[in-house]
Amino acid sequence: MTNVIETNQLTKSFNSLTAVDKLDITVESGEIFGLLGPNGAGKTTTISMLCTILKPTSGTAKVNGFDIVKEATQVRKSIGIVFQDPSVDDRLTGRENLYMHANLYGVPSSEQKNRIDSILKLVELEDRADDLLRTYSGGMRRRLELARGLIHYPKVLFLDEPTLGLDPQTRDHVWKYIRELKEAHDITVVLTTHYMDEADKLSDRIAIMDYGKIIALDTSAKLKETLEGDVITVKANNVDAFLSLITEQMGLQKTRIVNGAIEITVRNGKAMLPRIVETATHNKIYIESISLREPNLEDVFLHYTGRMIRVDAGKELHGFSAIQRRKIR
Amino acid sequence: MTELRGFYTLWLREVKRYLRDRTRIVSSFVQPLLWLVIFGVGIGASLRGAVPIPGLNYQQLIFPGIVGQTLLFTSMFMGISVIWDKEFGFMKEILVAPISRMSIFLGKMVGDSTDALIQGIIVLILGLALGIKIDLITFLACLPVMLLITFGLVSIGLTIASFMGSLESFGAIQSFINLPLFFLSGALFQIQSLPDWMQAVSKANPLTYGVDALRSIILGGLWQPFQVQPIFVDLAVVGFFDLCMIVIGTWAFARMK
Repeated sequence: MTNVIETNQLTKSFNSLTAVDKLDITVESGEIFGLLGPNGAGKTTTISMLCTILKPTSGTAKVNGFDIVKEATQVRKSIGIVFQDPSVDDRLTGRENLYMHANLYGVPSSEQKNRIDSILKLVELEDRADDLLRTYSGGMRRRLELARGLIHYPKVLFLDEPTLGLDPQTRDHVWKYIRELKEAHDITVVLTTHYMDEADKLSDRIAIMDYGKIIALDTSAKLKETLEGDVITVKANNVDAFLSLITEQMGLQKTRIVNGAIEITVRNGKAMLPRIVETATHNKIYIESISLREPNLEDVFLHYTGRMIRVDAGKELHGFSAIQRRKIR
Repeated sequence: MTELRGFYTLWLREVKRYLRDRTRIVSSFVQPLLWLVIFGVGIGASLRGAVPIPGLNYQQLIFPGIVGQTLLFTSMFMGISVIWDKEFGFMKEILVAPISRMSIFLGKMVGDSTDALIQGIIVLILGLALGIKIDLITFLACLPVMLLITFGLVSIGLTIASFMGSLESFGAIQSFINLPLFFLSGALFQIQSLPDWMQAVSKANPLTYGVDALRSIILGGLWQPFQVQPIFVDLAVVGFFDLCMIVIGTWAFARMK
């Protein structure tokens, strides 16, 4: 496996804010690499630098073997980008948007028609290809943007929040297309997302990013393994008393209180569940509810940062306005 | 080659978008029509034929000026496409493409100029309908001159728009520039009869030379004694202005994020 992307101490500061802090990542050829993190973690800034939209404050990076500052044009030719916000011309048809892209990226005229026809088929837009973009739904626009990013056969496809603002069904579709496109074109995909499930379902490897730094990087399964166990959530009438029972009597140390419930991380959840109930009954503590689940990426994030993935109100509004924008056009 | 193809595709986009916008094309008749008919006839009547140029009525005198005004207003208005593209994200798609900012600027600029030229042609045809004498050679001679005029004006619009964040602020700035350029271009009067200070300002206005060139072509011999400059000087001034504005515009696009 060769590395398609390598960053070396890549840093971007905006005045006093360090958005990306000495990033060292490598992305291997042919993988789907997920950058997961809350809004404002520096994911888009990272992608913007790799796409040569922003210049790094310090550090370097290579994409497809080209330096992102010194060989920006070569980098641009090597990559496809699907931006977080819509970026199609809605007064043109789907096909026209694709032709324009092909021309901007120097796709030979003789190949344009074939490539465009086959990619339209792949994203199932061939029937609507000659309609103006303004008549497309949000999901269709997204699919067209995915198709557009691949017209010039890039080595790396960057997807910035590819399903932001889409409904669950459309999100499933988009994920399916991303996987299919990746297989059909043998490319490397780098995607950013703040949706846990998206990172989980799509990525071969996930880098969890927070405050401009990578705090964990591995496959989804391995990341979950680091938590060493299952999560038991207990709601009881006397939380504090029960918590001290659990830690002192039962000797379970990985506990915390989330939304008034006790969360306990244990190696063998199924065996531990009855013992917890037993301890509660024995000490006359009333359990309102108890549940057991396998860890998810949210737990991984919590584990590394001590916080839930924060949902930033301002940025959500941004996502919302992006949907609105799709509707208005 | 890639640059040329990029230029072409951006040019094509601007023209396609324009031709699909029927409202814009239809509404482009209205303003020049009002100027020519109401203003032209009204002022002409109150001058009672006292236009100081023998053989011309007032409407004929201002006709080339109204063509120039149409070119000015539509060219400046084209800047709006930059704000539109920024607002709706399409600018990002263009700016990350592997072609130079110069090609991006030129593609957009020449595309918008082509649109403005079409508007200008509509006004020429309107003039014909109102009884202004334009023969085929005159008509054909007008085309390159009109295009030359639009290059610089479109560049002003695009440059300003590249700095602006919203449609409102662009609209506000635009009206600050449009009307002075229009009134001081001699479109509605000859600048020779103006007070010295105003004449000086008019002579610093690039549109003055564009309007003067159009008058030389459309009015022919009747205008010759009143020319601001001979036509080749007019065209040289306009061409030089175009070049300056293209350099500035390319710079403005290069710094755009």
